[in-house]
Amino acid sequence: MLNKKQPLSHLDWLEAEAIHILREVAGQCSNPVLLFSGGKDSLCILRLAEKAFRPGKFPFPLMHIDTGHNYQEVIDFRDQRAAELGERLIVRNVEDSMKRGTVVLKSPDEPRNKHQSVTLLEAIEEFGFDCCIGGARRDEEKARAKERIMSFRDEFGQWDPKNQRPELWNLYNARSHKGENIRAFPISNWTEMDVWQYIERENLALPSIYFAHQRGIIMRGGAMMPANVKLADGEVINQPKAGEEVINMRVRFRTVGDITCTAPVLSDADNVSKIVLETATTTITERGATRLDDQTSDASMEQRKKEGYF
Amino acid sequence: MSSTNMQYNDSLLRFMTCGSVDDGKSTLIGRLLFDTKTILADTLTQITKTSKKRGMEAVDLSLLTDGLQAEREQGITIDVAYRYFSTGTRKYIIADAPGHEQYTRNMVTAASTANLAIILIDARKGVLTQTRRHSYLAHLVGIQHIVVAVNKMDLMNYDEANFNKICADYLAFAKEIGLAQARDIRFIPMSALNGDMLVDRLENMPWYKGETLLEMLEDAPAADEEQNAEFRFPVQFVCRPHASADADLHDFRGFMGRVESGDIAVGDAVTVLPNGYQSKVKAIQIGDDQLQSAQTEQSVTILLEDEIDTSRGDMIVKTGSKIEPVKQIEAHVCWLSETPLSSARTYIIRHTTRESKAKVGAISYKIDVNTLEQQSATELKMNDIARISFKLAQPLMVDSYMQNRAIGAFIVIDESTNNTVGAGMIV
Ligand SMILES: Nc1nc2c(ncn2[C@@H]2O[C@H](COP(=O)(O)OP(=O)(O)O)[C@@H](O)[C@H]2O)c(=O)[nH]1
Repeated sequence: MLNKKQPLSHLDWLEAEAIHILREVAGQCSNPVLLFSGGKDSLCILRLAEKAFRPGKFPFPLMHIDTGHNYQEVIDFRDQRAAELGERLIVRNVEDSMKRGTVVLKSPDEPRNKHQSVTLLEAIEEFGFDCCIGGARRDEEKARAKERIMSFRDEFGQWDPKNQRPELWNLYNARSHKGENIRAFPISNWTEMDVWQYIERENLALPSIYFAHQRGIIMRGGAMMPANVKLADGEVINQPKAGEEVINMRVRFRTVGDITCTAPVLSDADNVSKIVLETATTTITERGATRLDDQTSDASMEQRKKEGYF
Repeated sequence: MSSTNMQYNDSLLRFMTCGSVDDGKSTLIGRLLFDTKTILADTLTQITKTSKKRGMEAVDLSLLTDGLQAEREQGITIDVAYRYFSTGTRKYIIADAPGHEQYTRNMVTAASTANLAIILIDARKGVLTQTRRHSYLAHLVGIQHIVVAVNKMDLMNYDEANFNKICADYLAFAKEIGLAQARDIRFIPMSALNGDMLVDRLENMPWYKGETLLEMLEDAPAADEEQNAEFRFPVQFVCRPHASADADLHDFRGFMGRVESGDIAVGDAVTVLPNGYQSKVKAIQIGDDQLQSAQTEQSVTILLEDEIDTSRGDMIVKTGSKIEPVKQIEAHVCWLSETPLSSARTYIIRHTTRESKAKVGAISYKIDVNTLEQQSATELKMNDIARISFKLAQPLMVDSYMQNRAIGAFIVIDESTNNTVGAGMIV
């Protein structure tokens, strides 16, 4: 008969798995980078990286692809966190790709999230990264349910669902030829709830916009949009168009990203435990609620993945 | 903060579902997600819309598990998908593998991380060739717990005698292949469409006194709970922050990895393979947390009393443990690639955190996954399973797969494409 042992709690198990994946990246890849946005998922990964590599330094730098349309609170938080950790932070801007002419917007207020992939590929080439560690999770969207933990991208950064390596046991294959790239997702198996529980357990600090606050909101296309957001360079975006009314509401963000396509949700949750409770009773998926750019079609995420977006 | 927090001390179970096309696999998963309230409003709206578009009256729960665009168009699932749900007491990861004959490799992939398999049988059809195939594969890949779910009971008037006959047929076959003796097998009658015996019992089968499917899942042990193998710690990464500004760290040398089996405590005598150096465990830590001991599946950093030259690919074991470096292995191999295995070529075998070049020694036989007959073979094509020996350039420290899944498993990599082309289980 087999011995029965006390199993690891689900958070301990997920943590152990993620640490193992991070160490495999470090062991197998020669020049990896950790994509860090200041958002909650990447903040979890930073904590996991501390547990994986301290007292040593991280065996990879951090990198943010900045659309130029990020909340100032999040950017400040990003810089502060990197400084506290004493790790190197690389920032590359979509606006520089626009200047180079490699990103061309159809209209000035077009969401820039999807253009991040161009800037990311340029940065990968500039630094010669062979692996990018990201915070994507399989529960975020249907097209991600089959994503590998080590996902292979060709020279154009493209994800070909038919050309992915089978992934068995915990034996990951992160080998790549020059020019090709691996995307590694240590928290693939986490859900939004797991992320919030982990943040609570580890006492992780977050940018303030994750917590309930008063904010002017306009309704556009059935979604809530933060109104009149001031960017670092003084520009004010999401100004109400004719006929749109700014309403003051108590909201929080479930994901933080490009301002023009990340909608807040109504909430009174002003601390992490309240968010955990709210997440447990919530009725709308994270992406459904907050990513305006995903709603265009059922398959839009898949389309963008093929184009090299995460 | 301590690494085990009572508040969230719920465990995690990984399981897989297998069934042939139309047995009701997607409906079953959809039903589990739906009845445990994992499906959220917007997803439901979306599938309701799609159901209508396809001219269906009721909401088709199987749409929930539908993945990629290409497959949606073809109407079949061609790759392993992972789904999540949790109850108050447990988190679940489902590996959903398509059941088609051509997809042996997907089943093996899904099975590799599962500790329980739900094998679906259509109550109208009973035990079929594919049921045998799925059961054999689950057995081969070492899944400890089998739940035989006899689905579509509603179409057989929820008839008890019919259910009993299917169970008897299955058991007879399971004995034949050694599954019944080695594994925990349970049977359950259900209707995934109606929801009978999944999360709720409902009233249609008062004669069935056993557990519902969810109760079985809640009770099944997690992989790390019933692991009984010896301590194995493949080194993933060595931490030597000697250049650090902190003088205390100049001599720090931490061996980072995951406890693949067994457990270890501070003070234990250990041997580092393949070189055979001996020492004692000085400390165990996760980040800043100091632990007295570590258990299976924990990722930790181990410090030893003595300065030992150790690098990625080495394995720390308890002194006296029976494991030795070998340069030849015998294994069951499932071939995963469209390019057949070639005896003339050199491959890379990745085992734990170690790699070695390898050449095929001999193919003893191929197994017909439908009849379970052994056939002689000179080559292996995609989805074939065979017993093969490999000659290795570098020694590997191996256990048999049946003793220790983590230390008995390896993948085969094609050197030129870097693709993962084979999955091996050491005999
Ligand atoms: N009557 C009945 N039909 C079912 C049951 N489970 C699934 N089905 C139907 O069988 C068909 C195939 O089911 P699906 O879940 O797509 O099968 P899969 O191919 O194994 O994923 C669908 O039309 C389902 O509605 C059941 O318990 N009873």
